[in-house]
Amino acid sequence: MPINYYIFLSVALFCIGVAGVLTRRNAIIIFMCVELMLNAVNLLLVAFSKMHYHALAATNPHAGIDGQIFVFFIMVVAAAEVSVGLAIIVMMYRNTHSIDVNFLNRLKH
Amino acid sequence: MNIQLVWLVPVLPLIGFLINGLFRNSLSKSLTGIIGSGTILLSFVVSLLIFGQVRQPGFESTVVTFFDFISVGKLHIPFAFQIDQLSVLFLLIITGVGFLIHLYSTSYMHEEEAPHFARYFSYLNLFVFSMLLLVLGANFIILFIGWEGVGLCSYLLIGYWFKNLEYGNAAKKAFIMNRIGDLGFLIAVFLMINQFGSVDFSEVFSHASSAKVGTLTAITLLLFVGATGKSAQIPLYTWLPDAMAGPTPVSALIHAATMVTAGIYMIARSHVLYDLTPITQGVVAVIGLLTALLAATIALKQDDIKKVLAYSTVSQLGYMFLGLGVGAYTGAVFHVMTHAFFKALLFLGAGSVIHAMGGEQDMRKMGGLRKWMPVTGFTMLMGCIAIAGIPPFSGFFSKDEILAAAYAKNPVYYAVGLFTSVLTAFYMFRLFAMTFSGKFRGTHDQEHHLHESPSAITIPLVVLAVLAVFAGFLGIPESLAPNAHILGKFLSPVLAGETAGAHEVSHGTEIGLMVLAAVLALATSFFSWSRFKSKPDLAEPTGFGKVLANKWYVDEFYTALIVRPLDLLAQFLVFFEKNIIDGIVNGVGRLVKYGSRQLRLLQSGQVGGYVLLMVVGIIVLFLVELFVKK
Repeated sequence: MPINYYIFLSVALFCIGVAGVLTRRNAIIIFMCVELMLNAVNLLLVAFSKMHYHALAATNPHAGIDGQIFVFFIMVVAAAEVSVGLAIIVMMYRNTHSIDVNFLNRLKH
Repeated sequence: MNIQLVWLVPVLPLIGFLINGLFRNSLSKSLTGIIGSGTILLSFVVSLLIFGQVRQPGFESTVVTFFDFISVGKLHIPFAFQIDQLSVLFLLIITGVGFLIHLYSTSYMHEEEAPHFARYFSYLNLFVFSMLLLVLGANFIILFIGWEGVGLCSYLLIGYWFKNLEYGNAAKKAFIMNRIGDLGFLIAVFLMINQFGSVDFSEVFSHASSAKVGTLTAITLLLFVGATGKSAQIPLYTWLPDAMAGPTPVSALIHAATMVTAGIYMIARSHVLYDLTPITQGVVAVIGLLTALLAATIALKQDDIKKVLAYSTVSQLGYMFLGLGVGAYTGAVFHVMTHAFFKALLFLGAGSVIHAMGGEQDMRKMGGLRKWMPVTGFTMLMGCIAIAGIPPFSGFFSKDEILAAAYAKNPVYYAVGLFTSVLTAFYMFRLFAMTFSGKFRGTHDQEHHLHESPSAITIPLVVLAVLAVFAGFLGIPESLAPNAHILGKFLSPVLAGETAGAHEVSHGTEIGLMVLAAVLALATSFFSWSRFKSKPDLAEPTGFGKVLANKWYVDEFYTALIVRPLDLLAQFLVFFEKNIIDGIVNGVGRLVKYGSRQLRLLQSGQVGGYVLLMVVGIIVLFLVELFVKK
């Protein structure tokens, strides 16, 4: 499969994520959209890694491996981030009985 | 008496200063008076003992070093005292006259409250300490410490009644005028360090002849600038008459007998330098002469009894500088001594009169006081005769010595000097006649109140009167009796090699000049006394008299020439500071405040807004990357 398809798919996913973050007010949905953007990037990284491997396997058996390592890193960090983020959302709900982000503009005062 | 104990002389008044100054709230007035006067009396006794040592034949000038005061690189300035004939003579004058004035003050200042009374005595003691430091110092730095100290005390004592704004201003005027002179002195000391690498009297004087005349002239002229400030000469003399704002004993001690003679002491001390620089000598003589004449003319038309004496002091100081300028160092020092006696006497007498008159200083409201105050009147008469230069009173001898030396140098000096001395006789007897003769012109209340002063006031008057009458016999001129000039012989080791000019005049001429001066002084005195005895000078002065009464408008001239431009400059700078500098500083602040208020609006707190901006930013960066070719 040509690399273009992967790129189109991840750009589409990324744009959906951005649009979701920009338009939704529910914190959990925003959170999901952020994950979507991260995974769009993951997909792209894996695709490019595969592409490099095919192109350079003859000279370098480890070609493109760093892209996959990045993906693992991102997944681990994303998992950690989710745990922190969800904890924040829970605390937020306890305090305000709402998870509407527009409600969270008190810091400007 | 071990001469090493000379440190006792200045330390005793310092102890008096510390006690009176620190415990002024708890000491009683009589205790304050005893401590204040007692320390000076002890100082006087120690000075007398040292004098006994110095008088012995074979005594040589001694430098007593106590510790290293300043040590920088090759420059070493020890804290050292020099004991020789000149410094001992000044020690005796300062502590002797100083003690009498302290004694007088215990009575004169008695109406003050105890803490202020103690403050007065502590200042007075500090003054005596500084003055002693000034005359004892063995180098120009110690001299300068004393020099500044007396200036400070003069300021403090002129402004003693500091609640009166005018007195405070007089004090500031004195201090600032003195500072101008001090700057000259200081530069001279720096030049000296540069030239000789030392400020010790002995070092500087022994190497003086090898220095360039130009440098020496600069040093001596700058030293003389210092002297014009401290000793009230043209152009810095205007502070002294205003200094009369202080209590009268202060005027007697500081502004007549001791501090103002510091300049004469300093020049007599460094006469070696002045002998090498004829230009400076000429300047000193001319300035002295002009000051003497100017001040004497002003004194003719003053109505305040203390102002007359103040201008007379300026005039007599001018005489002393004339003496220094023509090389009659002994004569100048002799005049310092006799002047200390008779001018202290006159000031203290004036103080006694003011005391009796309940604070009134205007002579137009006095008159006939001899009836109520016989002792004051008589002693004042002695003082007037002495200052007028009528033989055989002391002023005649000292003035004559200066005039004779002036004649030898330049007959014009002599003529102006003689004219000034005639003016002196005139205004002194005007003062005496308006105060003590004729009818009383004050209010009935004041007349009822008139009384002779208590003995603490009259005793110093009598002692000083005796000194004023007889001190002249210490310096009988060569022409009258050979080898009778005791003072000259005493001082000759220090002031050796001078009065060369005086001997150029033949004895016959000198006696002729003397007789002329004496006759003129006597005639003027009598004329003045008889004129003002019956018809006191009460009318408002007109014409030229008005110019004199207004002191030749010198103060106004200085105001127009120096004070006003400075004021204008200050006003401009205030404007500049307020509008331009403050404008810039406040403008920067206001800009930041305004800018931040606008920028704050970006922080809306809406997370969506931030994310949108972030996305827009990223898109812009992409577009830039895509379309802007490098």
